[in-house]
Amino acid sequence: MTTSHLPAHHYLNDGYGIRSWLLTRDHKRIALLYLAGVTFFFFIGGAFAVLMRLELATPAGDLVSDETYNKLFTMHGVIMVFFFLIPAIPAVLGNFLIPIMVGARDLAFPKVNLASWYIYMLGGLFTLYALFSGGVDTGWTFYTPFSTVSSTTNVIPTALGIFITGFSSILTGLNFIVTIHRMRAPGLTWSRLPLFLWSMYATSLINVLGTPVLAITLLLIAAERAFHFGFFDPALGGDPVLFQHLFWFYSHPAVYVMVLPAMGVVSELVAAGCRKPVFGYTFVAIASLSIAILGFLVWGHHMFVAGESVYAALIFSILSYLVAIPSAIKVFNWTATMYRGAVSWETPMLYAYGFIGLFTIGGLTGLFLAAVGLNVHVTDTYFIIAHFHYIMVGGTIMAYLGGLHFWWPKISGRLYNEWLARLSAGIIFAGFNLTFFPQFVLGYLGMPRRYHAYPPEFQVLNVLSSAGASILGIGYLIPIAYLMWSLRYGRAASANPWGAVGLEWSTTSPPPTENFAETPTVTWKPYDYEHAVSAPEGHVA
Amino acid sequence: MWVFLATEVLFFGGMFLTYSIYRHAYPSAFIAASREMIVWAGTINTAVLITSSLTVVLAVHAAAAGQRRALLLFLMITILLGFVFLGIKGYEYWTEFGEHHFPGRSFQFDARYAPQAEIFFSLYFMMTGLHAVHMIIGIGIMAVMFWLSWRGTITREYSSPIEISGLYWHFVDIVWIFLFPLLYLVGRHVH
Amino acid sequence: MSTEHAISKRSYYTVFFVLLVCTYLTWQIAYFDLGPLNTVVALAIAIFKAALVVLFFMHVRTSPRLTWVVVVASLFWLGILLVLTASDYLTRHWI
Repeated sequence: MTTSHLPAHHYLNDGYGIRSWLLTRDHKRIALLYLAGVTFFFFIGGAFAVLMRLELATPAGDLVSDETYNKLFTMHGVIMVFFFLIPAIPAVLGNFLIPIMVGARDLAFPKVNLASWYIYMLGGLFTLYALFSGGVDTGWTFYTPFSTVSSTTNVIPTALGIFITGFSSILTGLNFIVTIHRMRAPGLTWSRLPLFLWSMYATSLINVLGTPVLAITLLLIAAERAFHFGFFDPALGGDPVLFQHLFWFYSHPAVYVMVLPAMGVVSELVAAGCRKPVFGYTFVAIASLSIAILGFLVWGHHMFVAGESVYAALIFSILSYLVAIPSAIKVFNWTATMYRGAVSWETPMLYAYGFIGLFTIGGLTGLFLAAVGLNVHVTDTYFIIAHFHYIMVGGTIMAYLGGLHFWWPKISGRLYNEWLARLSAGIIFAGFNLTFFPQFVLGYLGMPRRYHAYPPEFQVLNVLSSAGASILGIGYLIPIAYLMWSLRYGRAASANPWGAVGLEWSTTSPPPTENFAETPTVTWKPYDYEHAVSAPEGHVA
Repeated sequence: MWVFLATEVLFFGGMFLTYSIYRHAYPSAFIAASREMIVWAGTINTAVLITSSLTVVLAVHAAAAGQRRALLLFLMITILLGFVFLGIKGYEYWTEFGEHHFPGRSFQFDARYAPQAEIFFSLYFMMTGLHAVHMIIGIGIMAVMFWLSWRGTITREYSSPIEISGLYWHFVDIVWIFLFPLLYLVGRHVH
Repeated sequence: MSTEHAISKRSYYTVFFVLLVCTYLTWQIAYFDLGPLNTVVALAIAIFKAALVVLFFMHVRTSPRLTWVVVVASLFWLGILLVLTASDYLTRHWI
């Protein structure tokens, strides 16, 4: 085992002081700015979840009032969806890796990239102000006419805050699309792109095409509330379901914005962890695009009970079944990659396996929900909550953590403590399942969501869920500790501690500001492990 | 810029969706409300915007040919036409406020159609309002282009900023091309 | 992006003139009762005008294929929004 040293010049020591960070154009530094931002919002959103689970540990509504509880779940949803899940993998891992993976010096529009971060932070702080100076109680879904007429809370500032942050997604998506189209290194054809880039490209398409509809929807809510327009108010001739059409047209593809990057990360982790090319590369790449496109056709499945016509419901139901197909293809392909691969048990891989299992469960329950008949029974119950948390937390967050650990040596030049990391992965996995599996049962038994009190017969399952939540919370805190510790005291990482194949592993850890000493030329297939020169060097601290 | 314009298509598209749903639902109210629109203002504004698109494209042509004076002239005319548009729009808004057509507490309309006509006017103010905001941004962009051209940053070799700004301007024109018949000309034939 | 677009100034003036004529037509036709065709004709003229602006003023006619893809994709996505939502509203009273 050779000892490594940090390179003399890299992007982290290329300029010190707050100005060099806040005025940077280096995509790698911007990625770290985003890392700070999303982590901050994650813990605020998590704090609201803690309060909710504390309340739900007992059947009576004794910890907080019902109105306060409404604000808690709204704030939890708004922060987690718009300020953590949507930006996390694209803005942190995407920003850091895309230019390196295409062999470029930076993204196509570095200044726009920095502007995206400022817009994100501005929108986030705006929304936080709105949330903390009175809160919002409409649910993150802002259903009308409650949000536009009856609610007495800070709807307009929250809506405007999210509106502002939406531009961050749009500009980042635009940046990624142009970068992947125009800045690939010589020899890097589309069929040689790492699957992470295919996923990021598909995600960026969704961001560009879907977010504007959210933008207009939020403006319409704000205008309706401010000027008493009547678009969504039945008393004035409006239709609340129209709001839901507009809202879910974005918000359903939004969940694919959350999961596609995670899938891209998992593809990378599985290939590296099994030292094999991903099985069926072309299928996985096309599946990413299919998910992005089909994801725009299914939004009506959120409205089966809202009053849309039965015929429209039929159409949306069939389309919802179709969108599961490319996701399933990916799961099969990852599994096939692992077959006869040199499967490793290092932390990133643990997260990847966790993703595959939990995403499958979440996805399968999604199929239950695509069936209109069953959907009517479990809509607005904890079944739905369990379904989407399996995908967003069991899926996206685990992939995010896996990616963070996998690329941590590249990003920081340091190795983290592997045993602590594996321990946290285990705690997170156990805590997660304990929190959310009981919720499937609760939902099926009929416990409604967004209620702060419930009948006593549901208490046991709720207590299990709350206990799980505390374990999950601890599991999330431990990586903060050892990752921060590794920045100062961790062993220096080599350029390729995992022995993985990919352009990012051919440059130093951490990379220099310009990413590569000279522009690489790509002549190999993606995940060309047969011809990979280096073996894993081992990195257990 | 094309990718950004794609986002704008969907942004305005959401409003056009809302418009079409309600027009389908409340045809008579929409006819009654549309008849209150100031047709000459809308028609002249359409002509103004189309002319400004011409001047924009002539500016782009001049930039690519290195003709600085023509470029500056056409950019200036474009900006002026933009202000003419906003001026006429402002006059319309002022008149409509006076007639209590702005939705909300002070809205007044023929009782037969009142609540649904209010939706028409909500759409009208929202859509033309957003359009006007985009026009103001467009004028700002053209002003920046004027300044860059004045300074000599724009040359025959480097004329793409003019072209890209032009794309934005044309898009805003296209939105108006659709707004005009949908807002001003509904049921004009009904007596 | 500063490609040479081979569209002559004469073409620009021609398109401009056609656009003005179409505007006049839209305005005048609105006063004739064509029944449901009024909306169809108005939209058709608007689409024609928009197409002229896109193809000639925005140079899409002489642009690379990727530009066409972006334009078509944005219109297609708008179509998804309109068509699928309409599928709800138009079938609400079928049952």
